[in-house]
Amino acid sequence: MTQPDDIEMTQLLAGPAAPGEETMRRLRARLVHDADAAGLLDVGYRSIDTPVGALLLAATGQGLLRVAYAVEDHDRVLAQLATKVSPRVLRAPARLDAVARELDEYFAGRRTSFDLPLDLRLSSGFRREVLAKLPTIGYGSTASYAAMAAAAGHPKAVRAAASACATNPLPVIVPCHRVIKSDGTFGGYVGGEAAKRTLLTLEGAA
Amino acid sequence: MEREPFEKIVDRYGPTVLRVCRAVVGPAAAEDAWSETFLSALQAYPGLRPGSNIEAWLVTIAHRKAIDQGRAQARRAVPAGDLPERPGRDGIPEASDLDLWAAVKALPLKQRECVAYHYLAGLPYTEIAGIVGGTPDAARRAASDGIAALRQVYPGPRQETGHREPARERGAQS
Repeated sequence: MTQPDDIEMTQLLAGPAAPGEETMRRLRARLVHDADAAGLLDVGYRSIDTPVGALLLAATGQGLLRVAYAVEDHDRVLAQLATKVSPRVLRAPARLDAVARELDEYFAGRRTSFDLPLDLRLSSGFRREVLAKLPTIGYGSTASYAAMAAAAGHPKAVRAAASACATNPLPVIVPCHRVIKSDGTFGGYVGGEAAKRTLLTLEGAA
Repeated sequence: MEREPFEKIVDRYGPTVLRVCRAVVGPAAAEDAWSETFLSALQAYPGLRPGSNIEAWLVTIAHRKAIDQGRAQARRAVPAGDLPERPGRDGIPEASDLDLWAAVKALPLKQRECVAYHYLAGLPYTEIAGIVGGTPDAARRAASDGIAALRQVYPGPRQETGHREPARERGAQS
């Protein structure tokens, strides 16, 4: 259906009307600002570079919603958030400024706990109970999956406690990396075993 | 049913919608029109039926915003000097871009809309008729009249009409 003339005119018209990158950046910034002011920025996100690779950070108006490792595939994670939480998802670095700052301090060894509003809606039931107990394991310490199951009120639910850690929507911030196997080996980790080792080494626990 | 993050919609269609806004309401009002279009689209996005033609949906919103905001400005005489970005790419001489841009502005609104929605947004005339009103044939005629007027200003780089001399002469410098 496209005639050669069509293509030619399209290129011709696109020339003088072509928006530059600077213009698009300005318009995007204005959109994020207007969306936030209108209460339409349901999920804002950015990514940061860390010693454990690029981390995706996403937050609702209530608080930090998701931290994701590169191995989880950031595009896939954003698509999941769009489906589960709201499709009104925009890159909005300013919303994540405080989170990025605290993570920078943590990776520089200057911060041992996080002081951030969290939105835990991606976790529910027993898993959420387990996540709620994780911050009781202090910086530089570790605990076993069995101990976490007991702390969450179900000593026999060791596998469920392990799966709560494996599906933690807020790794690093909610310290599932401090939960290891009873025999002292690291066990699995959502960011991969190398990332778990890096975090525990940073904290002086490994 | 998976939903795409709105960010992807901005990535994919943002530049095209801005081109359409510039052609329809002019560069001065285009950024306001774009901003209102995407804010309005963000609000409505969760209710958009899956499988919808997103580009047509955005152009429809942009069209309504242009009616709301742009027409009063567009009706006033628009001074020609107010160009958006640096023109002149792909070997098209800049002077012709200026002429072409001025010619787009000089088109009657309906022709401008139909040219922009078809040639910049790539929408079929059936969709365009739904947006601007009237029949697909009328939309096609308006676009083709608009293109004919633009061709008077800029005949295009086609070989058979390539009667211009190249701007640069080879071997001019020693």
